[in-house]
Amino acid sequence: MEMKPRFVALAISVVLMVLIVELVRRRKLREEYSWLWLSLSLAMFILALWPGFLRFVTGLIGAVLSTSTLFFFALLFLMLINIQFSVEISSLRTQVKNLAQQLATTREGAERSSVAAEGPDDVDWGQGGSGDRLRGLG
Amino acid sequence: MGDGDRILIVVPAYNEAQNIGTVIRSVREVVPAADILVVDDGSPDATAAVARQAGARVISLPFNLGYGVALQTGFKYALERGYDYVVQMDADGQHEPISVLDLIAEVRQGTADVILGSRFLGSSTFKPHFARRLGISLFRAIVSGVVGQSITDPTSGYQALNRRVLRLYATEAYPVDYPDADVLIMVHFAGFRIKEIPVVMYPGAAHRKSMHSGLRPLYYVFKMFLSILVTLMRQRRYEVGGKSQWK
Repeated sequence: MEMKPRFVALAISVVLMVLIVELVRRRKLREEYSWLWLSLSLAMFILALWPGFLRFVTGLIGAVLSTSTLFFFALLFLMLINIQFSVEISSLRTQVKNLAQQLATTREGAERSSVAAEGPDDVDWGQGGSGDRLRGLG
Repeated sequence: MGDGDRILIVVPAYNEAQNIGTVIRSVREVVPAADILVVDDGSPDATAAVARQAGARVISLPFNLGYGVALQTGFKYALERGYDYVVQMDADGQHEPISVLDLIAEVRQGTADVILGSRFLGSSTFKPHFARRLGISLFRAIVSGVVGQSITDPTSGYQALNRRVLRLYATEAYPVDYPDADVLIMVHFAGFRIKEIPVVMYPGAAHRKSMHSGLRPLYYVFKMFLSILVTLMRQRRYEVGGKSQWK
């Protein structure tokens, strides 16, 4: 690689590294998600600093241009991080589902017992009358 | 049903203010001893209010989470509150309430853990349209083959189950994203017995409406194949040490 793109790559990797650390410091990014990004910036840094290694990797994967190698790994990285996000979203959705179910069930129980506390003699779960009162509480 | 068994009818509902009242009143007439639980899946309309007025217990999910989640909410509720048997039925009036009696009678006999209400057994004259019929016969063949018994209506949402099955349904093993034919396979691998009996269903409003518009049917078929495949791959998980961990 020529000097200019190397310099740009170095600058980008340093900025990226600083950005990630700063985001973690401000608690905008959790540590567990920072390591992928930090390793990306580190990889960029090494490749820019050490063009021999980039040429070596280019030969290894059978690419002709070293830019192809960079694009290839950039895409691979983006793909991996997206899969990680999909996994995270899936588990978040399960958690949200369980929370919603628990909240709704607990609320039903609370409404029921608060109606019971008002006057147990008066309660007829099956009838519309208690239904009206339940509705008022909701 | 005077002998102490507690029965819960779970009715997941989304925007069914029009039908839910009638459904609940008819079910109450048929099985006055059973509790009816409507799980309102974040409907913007008056579903919850109408259901309460008709005499059902109502759980209102804070936002729309889909048919499977609503259904599982009912199962978790039944498990928590100590019900012995659960019947799941749809809120749109498609399932004839009289058939609840047959489902309950069958599940209480204990010869099977899941009683599947089939619209194709017996005298029912249900005629779904072509694409749906094709889908049903496809999954019918797959499920029957895997389970090793004839299942005529694997996509039926009209079922009765006992408490042991509830314990399985309340876990993350339950596919809340369109639970259907794949559930039967999972239930089979968990070591439960399935039995089909005829029930009456009306064509009326399309079953689980949202599933039959646009690209949804395609996604449904894809999802069902994937779900069945991974259920088959997970087979071992359900049977620990040769015996089901759920029994």
